[in-house]
Amino acid sequence: MIGLTSYLTLGAILFAISVAGIFLNRKNIVVLLMCIELMLLAANINFIAFSHYLNDSAGQVFVFFILTVAAAEAAIGLAILVTLFRSRRTIDVEELDALKG
Amino acid sequence: MTITDFLFFAFAGVTVAAALGVVASRNPVHSALFLVLTFFSCSAIWLMLEAEFLAITLVLVYVGAVMVLFLFVVMMLDINVAKMREGFVSYLPVGILFALLMLGLMVYVVGPVGPDVMGTAALDNAVKHAADYSNTEALGEILYTDYVLAFEIAAIILLVAIIAAISLTLRRRPATKYQTPGKQIKVKRDDRLKIIESDAEVLK
Repeated sequence: MIGLTSYLTLGAILFAISVAGIFLNRKNIVVLLMCIELMLLAANINFIAFSHYLNDSAGQVFVFFILTVAAAEAAIGLAILVTLFRSRRTIDVEELDALKG
Repeated sequence: MTITDFLFFAFAGVTVAAALGVVASRNPVHSALFLVLTFFSCSAIWLMLEAEFLAITLVLVYVGAVMVLFLFVVMMLDINVAKMREGFVSYLPVGILFALLMLGLMVYVVGPVGPDVMGTAALDNAVKHAADYSNTEALGEILYTDYVLAFEIAAIILLVAIIAAISLTLRRRPATKYQTPGKQIKVKRDDRLKIIESDAEVLK
């Protein structure tokens, strides 16, 4: 029987996979951005599942705003990536040490 | 096992498998395409949760715009794939450890303890809407009344994102020739046209 728990578990699995992805692809910023998108998707699944099972549309409005912010974040992140690649010829995180942090 | 259960498990399986593909792919282009598959199957799951508008938005906006942007950027950059994969194997144990730890914790919260603490057991009787129920209408009704301020802020965020993305990536090359409309309009006939007096020639 499919219930709220099934959807929440799916969201948890997706979130865990994207956390693992951030650990594994530490050098490639493009894949890191994709993993962040995956995390936001996992959060959205939870929002929509709760919205359905509580019969309250407010959860879907939140998903709407998360989608907006995620799109803005992806656009700016990729723009920064392109400028970075133009000036440094690499997107390797470990070579971006100009600030010596 | 009803047809709904079967559909849920099918789409959830595709979602999880594609998410694993995103993380484990060698080539960033394959990662992006796996992410597209994740979004598609996830939108099917949202359809099962009766969030039709958002399911369509996910396909149109995410697959249609954001993922195409990702693909453009991935193909535009000349990435050394082999170098990017360095450290994948050495980070594999710690990555899997953290993922399993978080997964176990979250599943423990939503599974065994959840129903007692959050009262989710009582939630499991969702209302099935009638066939003529419009999800878009219901969403629009609260989006343009209760959440109108947040909606406008979202619009401003998108505008700022557009301006930021354009101003970050725009570059003027000195060698490129541009039109200057002001100079084009100001030009007189005498600047361009020169009348030369010459004797008439008779062609034989």
